[in-house]
Amino acid sequence: MEFYWLLGIPLVGSLMLAAMGSHRRAPEVNAAFSFATFLAAAWLTARIVAEGPRVVGAAWFFIDSFNVFLVALTAFVAFTTALFSRPYMRIEQEHGKLTPQRLRMFHASYQLFIFAMLLALTTNNMGILWVAMEGATLATVLLVSLYRTPASLEAAWKYFILCGVGIAQALFGTILLYFAAEKLLGEGGMALSWVHLNEVKTDLDPVVLQLAFVFLLVGYGTKVGLAPLHNWLPDAHAEGPTPVSAVLSGLLLNVALYAVMRCKVLVDGALGTELAGNLMMGFGLLSVVVAAFLIKRQTDVKRMFAYSSIEHMGLVTFAFGMGGAVASFAGLLHMTMHSLTKSAIFFAVGHATQSAGTQVMDGIRGLIKTNPTIGWGLMLGTLAILGMPPFGVFASEFLIITTAMHEHPWATPFLLTALGVAFAAIFGRVQPMVFGETELKRLPYQPALAPVFIHLVLVLMLGLFIPPYLADWYRQAAQLLGG
Amino acid sequence: MSQSLYLQVVNLLSALLLLIAFAMLSQRRVVGLITLFAWQGLALALSTTIVAYSTGQHHLYYSAALTVGLKVIAMPWFFFRLIRQLDAHREVETLFNVPTTMLVGIVLVVFAFNLAQPISQMSGTVTRSILGIAMASVLLSFLMMITRTKAIPQVIGFLAMENGLFLAATSATYGMPLVVELGVALDVLVGVLILGIFFFHIRETFDSLDLKHMESLKER
Amino acid sequence: MTIGILIQIAQTLLAVLLAPLLMGWVNQCRAWLQGRSAPPILQPYRTLIKLFHKDAIVAHGATPLLRFAPYVFFGCMALAAGIVPMVANDLPFSPAADVIALVGVFALARVFMALAAMDIGTSFGTLGARREMLVAFLAEPALLMVVFTASFVANSTQLTTIVEALAHRAFAIYPSLAFAGVAFWMVAMAENARIPVDNPTTHLELTMIHEAMILEYSGRHLALIEWAVALKLFTYSALGLALFMPWGIAETGNFAAMPLAVLALLVKLAAGGFALATIETFLAKWRLFRVPEFLGTAFLLGVLAMLVHLLLEV
Repeated sequence: MEFYWLLGIPLVGSLMLAAMGSHRRAPEVNAAFSFATFLAAAWLTARIVAEGPRVVGAAWFFIDSFNVFLVALTAFVAFTTALFSRPYMRIEQEHGKLTPQRLRMFHASYQLFIFAMLLALTTNNMGILWVAMEGATLATVLLVSLYRTPASLEAAWKYFILCGVGIAQALFGTILLYFAAEKLLGEGGMALSWVHLNEVKTDLDPVVLQLAFVFLLVGYGTKVGLAPLHNWLPDAHAEGPTPVSAVLSGLLLNVALYAVMRCKVLVDGALGTELAGNLMMGFGLLSVVVAAFLIKRQTDVKRMFAYSSIEHMGLVTFAFGMGGAVASFAGLLHMTMHSLTKSAIFFAVGHATQSAGTQVMDGIRGLIKTNPTIGWGLMLGTLAILGMPPFGVFASEFLIITTAMHEHPWATPFLLTALGVAFAAIFGRVQPMVFGETELKRLPYQPALAPVFIHLVLVLMLGLFIPPYLADWYRQAAQLLGG
Repeated sequence: MSQSLYLQVVNLLSALLLLIAFAMLSQRRVVGLITLFAWQGLALALSTTIVAYSTGQHHLYYSAALTVGLKVIAMPWFFFRLIRQLDAHREVETLFNVPTTMLVGIVLVVFAFNLAQPISQMSGTVTRSILGIAMASVLLSFLMMITRTKAIPQVIGFLAMENGLFLAATSATYGMPLVVELGVALDVLVGVLILGIFFFHIRETFDSLDLKHMESLKER
Repeated sequence: MTIGILIQIAQTLLAVLLAPLLMGWVNQCRAWLQGRSAPPILQPYRTLIKLFHKDAIVAHGATPLLRFAPYVFFGCMALAAGIVPMVANDLPFSPAADVIALVGVFALARVFMALAAMDIGTSFGTLGARREMLVAFLAEPALLMVVFTASFVANSTQLTTIVEALAHRAFAIYPSLAFAGVAFWMVAMAENARIPVDNPTTHLELTMIHEAMILEYSGRHLALIEWAVALKLFTYSALGLALFMPWGIAETGNFAAMPLAVLALLVKLAAGGFALATIETFLAKWRLFRVPEFLGTAFLLGVLAMLVHLLLEV
């Protein structure tokens, strides 16, 4: 039951917000629906943790500890982002950057986006997974171009075309998967059902699955932002409104990686080799290195953090690629930490750019003097994402790197160099933004910073102590990933 | 008609689809491109219908009907209207000259056929060798998207890619489950609608559909 | 065997005699389609007779090559006409040359014509010869790809075997042959100096290819060349029909089918000629610089045909 609430609430919310038009209370309604979704997700999580994985709705949906964890994360970040966007978007509107119609579109598309992501996470059908992923892209294309500036249009166009091409490759991979599965499971819907596929995965034809995985990895990998298919990501993050950047970075990338992982489990079973893992490690490592060196060259603050997202998704991909219980555990943990921290950073950055009136880093100075809370939020968030102890990112990065040292020593120099370069680059940029001299004035209104600190406190808490039930839950999920 | 004759017709139609993909690659005019796209959709729909009839997979009829409705009638009409309204009749501009692109195209076809060869040799559905053609036309459309500098040809390349995918789905595997197909079709439809809106925004902002204006967000 | 030789002679004669008629028919169709009043269908014969009655004038300083070339040209075309199965399949002459040799025969004729055109050293002759060789250089690989595809389908390079295999085997659709057919049409257009590569009726020196080569000829030499050109078109058409629409050609040893085969050939040629005229009416001549693109596409289609054959039909 709670499951239908989970999917139903954002869908109804989207329709309602579209119908409501540019009502004065629309932002609150948006937040309320997001909160309801979060409650449903929490309820569902409690049930799954207590009762174990299950199949829902005539086998169309399937929930285990892996995806329920992402559902909870998605619903939570979606909720806090809705809280953040409430004052933020209002200010943007007062600044004349948005019209009421566009705000209405923002709200409706936002809920639709949440719906598409939850559908992608919970569906049992690899075909529906594809449809939902494409749906999530489509829901956000017009959000990226919400400001209608030339740059935002360009970013949205790139986003649409590149992700469209990528997702088309993924569809081809899905077709190949179906082609292989149909022989074992017969025609019809069941041949794409993940649960059924998982049961017969060892009998799937390795030649076809090998080819299928390459297409699936390239396809969904485009959405994860893996180098060299990452071109759309910095543009879309930098030119879209900040709440959109936060959910793209914090959630969409996770969901895309989730799709890759679901495929990897099947392919590993069919091939019995390390091929899928090695491919993922290669792409992951490449992304970490490429992103780290590109971070250095950025002048736009949101672009810089977008590259940081590529770096971290590369790290997670690398961890999942290594496989094994510890690496998968670390990957899941890092996924969570990155989502929470990166969205917190984007919230802080959003207000910082509003106060400075620019996204160029040279124009943002001395936040600690003008807006101390924003300054502290940005500083702490940056420290967290750079992997400073005691924040949670440190724990997960530490786990990933030690595992890499142990199992793939050749990769560690690359990882450490890249992390070092990224650290120096980001810290060097953020430090003057927070502490430098400035003539900027204080924001004339109260920034919505509660979400920033909620996220950071969570990250800090998880860095110091992972509650046993949570660790247990991660361990279960890691097991599912072939640990 | 015998089963093998159906198979031959399907093979012929899929080869035709590949031929049209090549023709699109060499096409210099937007209007011609749209017409070719419509023909490609028709070839796809026909082959789907034949597969549906010869194998008794009735849900493929819906798929064929969807293809005709969306890709042969609605989208070409939409594009024609669009270029009339946007006054974008001009020639397709390519990044490389056409013969070079064609040569690359041939290499891609060899690559795709080579990739599909082990799969074709496996037993399975009789139309399995179409996978190679489908893959080749997907890659060709991909090439077309890369080498075009205007918005509409890029989108047509994208949709042609979808045609190749549908060919793989309907002819090589006798169709994906209907729900998935409907979902895919819905996505395509919504995508095209969004693009339509998008074209107007681009046009409004840049006064042209030339993507050369959209190169400010490069990594420097 | 003797019957075979009789058939062989009859078929070659048929081709040689009917070739100007095909030319006349195409011209007539073109005139109809373009809304002009058509010249009589027998006009090419009259032109030939007229030219045969005129004196042949040869430029000063011409080597014997110039006189010699038209005979070689005509001879090659007649030979080609003997090789291609048109009405019957048991041609004792045909094993002498397979499709590849046939392409060689066409090349031989062309080389002589080009040499003769350059013989006197006039600028137009040289220009025409160079252009002709450019076209040939691009068209030949494409033609070879087409015949290779057909050979792959029939597992033989012997034309008679190919026709036997395609016409009398159980009916099957070959997507590869569809591609090859389009490529063949493009090559045939180029080789026969038709639109869009060359304009057979042009008298504008700068655009012409074939006409520029034969400017120096007159009298019986010109007549032979004109006749050979008509024969070339006829042979190419027959080759196309043999490869892609071989139905109706009489089986080996089946003499009763011969009259029907002749009828089928005439009907197919008439339809083909009409199609040629239609295409020529709707197309414009391309600039010379785009000819490589045109023939490149033909080559590409030929390669594609072979690839499709290897993927789909093996």
